[in-house]
Amino acid sequence: MNMRIQPVGSFAAGLLFGMGLMFGGMLDPERIIGFLSFAGTWDPTLAFVMGGAIPVHALGRFLLRGRAVLCSDAQPQTAPRKVDARLVLGSMLFGAGWGLSGYCPGPMIVALSAGPWLALAPFIALLAGLALPLLFGRAPRPSA
Amino acid sequence: MIIEPTAWLQALFGGILIGIAATLYLAVTGRVAGISGLLRAVVFERGPRLGPPLFFVSGLLVAGMLGGLLMPEFFGVAPAAPLSPRMLGGLFLVGLGATLANGCTSGHGICGLSRLSKRSFVAIAVFMLTGALVVAVLAALV
Repeated sequence: MNMRIQPVGSFAAGLLFGMGLMFGGMLDPERIIGFLSFAGTWDPTLAFVMGGAIPVHALGRFLLRGRAVLCSDAQPQTAPRKVDARLVLGSMLFGAGWGLSGYCPGPMIVALSAGPWLALAPFIALLAGLALPLLFGRAPRPSA
Repeated sequence: MIIEPTAWLQALFGGILIGIAATLYLAVTGRVAGISGLLRAVVFERGPRLGPPLFFVSGLLVAGMLGGLLMPEFFGVAPAAPLSPRMLGGLFLVGLGATLANGCTSGHGICGLSRLSKRSFVAIAVFMLTGALVVAVLAALV
């Protein structure tokens, strides 16, 4: 394949993804916390982000079936894996941190370049959390 | 329940962009656009497969620069000071949890749910339940 497609396509994907996060309201921690406030005044807006993204990506996957791997170094997509304690524990920690801060990793990266002085320390905290399990040799597989 | 009339349309538009972006990344790399994994690869891994994550994260950073300059209304205010235990501890937990769970809101929420992964349904349900619990506890304390 054209060797330029992969870098240009990956960059464009990141740019579009970041735009989508901003339009979707994911850069507004109040909205994230409002979305998680089931007990109070629930703000359902973020459900529309998922409602837009999931059908579009599901359709995209369908259209790409069999052709999705355009490059030689693609990883195997769906290694069948079970629900285990590590997944549940990790998801609990993630949810707690999301509720505390109002940021998940994608919006944190976008926020970093939008206003580095306010976001630098939280971004470094995010990196520390991401890296900690690597110190114990529990390197994760690359895909969800 | 609160929702502004145009907010959901904007959110839907943002979601559609995200869906297109994840599909584009899959098409050119054959990989899942899971942002926590991409960020971890860019910062902590070395090797020949680093190109696409590097370009993807660069795209996110350029989006943030453009957004910060042209569309500051998209950026809200963090719930606590940048150096507060709430923000630093919160993002540390987000990172730790994303590595342990092998995915975050993008990898499990968008890509995983799109392919009906059982692990991703569990992850998203647990994200939201614990997130809601923490938000409720914080609201009760204040």
